[in-house]
Amino acid sequence: MPIRAGIDLVDIEDVRDAVALWSGRYLDRVYTERELADCAGPHGVDPRRLAARFAAKEAALKVLQPGGDAVPWLSIEVRRDPSGTAVLELRGPARDLADRTMVRDLTTSVGYARATAYAIVIAHVGS
Amino acid sequence: MTNGIRRILNDHARLSVDAASIDGSADLFDAGMSSHASVNVMIALEDAFDIEFPDSMLRRATFASVDAIGGAVARLQAESS
Repeated sequence: MPIRAGIDLVDIEDVRDAVALWSGRYLDRVYTERELADCAGPHGVDPRRLAARFAAKEAALKVLQPGGDAVPWLSIEVRRDPSGTAVLELRGPARDLADRTMVRDLTTSVGYARATAYAIVIAHVGS
Repeated sequence: MTNGIRRILNDHARLSVDAASIDGSADLFDAGMSSHASVNVMIALEDAFDIEFPDSMLRRATFASVDAIGGAVARLQAESS
């Protein structure tokens, strides 16, 4: 069965700057409530963890290949399963697009390298 | 409007070139704008032009060029007037 991969890198400092500049206007447009709760730290949301989630969302978009379709960031949620593994949950437009184009079994891995968060997403494509 | 868009791009898009000199149809992602930077551009545009991008416009093409952004802003302003 064909597979498709997407990868993305996000500068953690860029996320820190966006949080400082836009605060909730940025956070609420990009991250779900659950993601924000998962990224909460003693000094507010952790830009490092946010950056990893943004990278995973963008990597997922590269796999979904939306073309002219609108796929809001909020329709792709990144969360941790009980074992600590990052998993993707699609909803709304992202779910519809995946179903329509037969993209399934999306799997992600996220990590960090110095000032950068990265993510790769791999999925099966086809019936 | 275009000057305002170019100013916002210089402030937030992190392009590898001066936004004032970029062709209206040039691809901003090819010119160095990251997906994350496009979020900053979107919010700055909302502030500057008193608009809000609906979910249906959150696609790469909306922010892909100065001309595309100008068209999107004009459409949203027309809808709100």
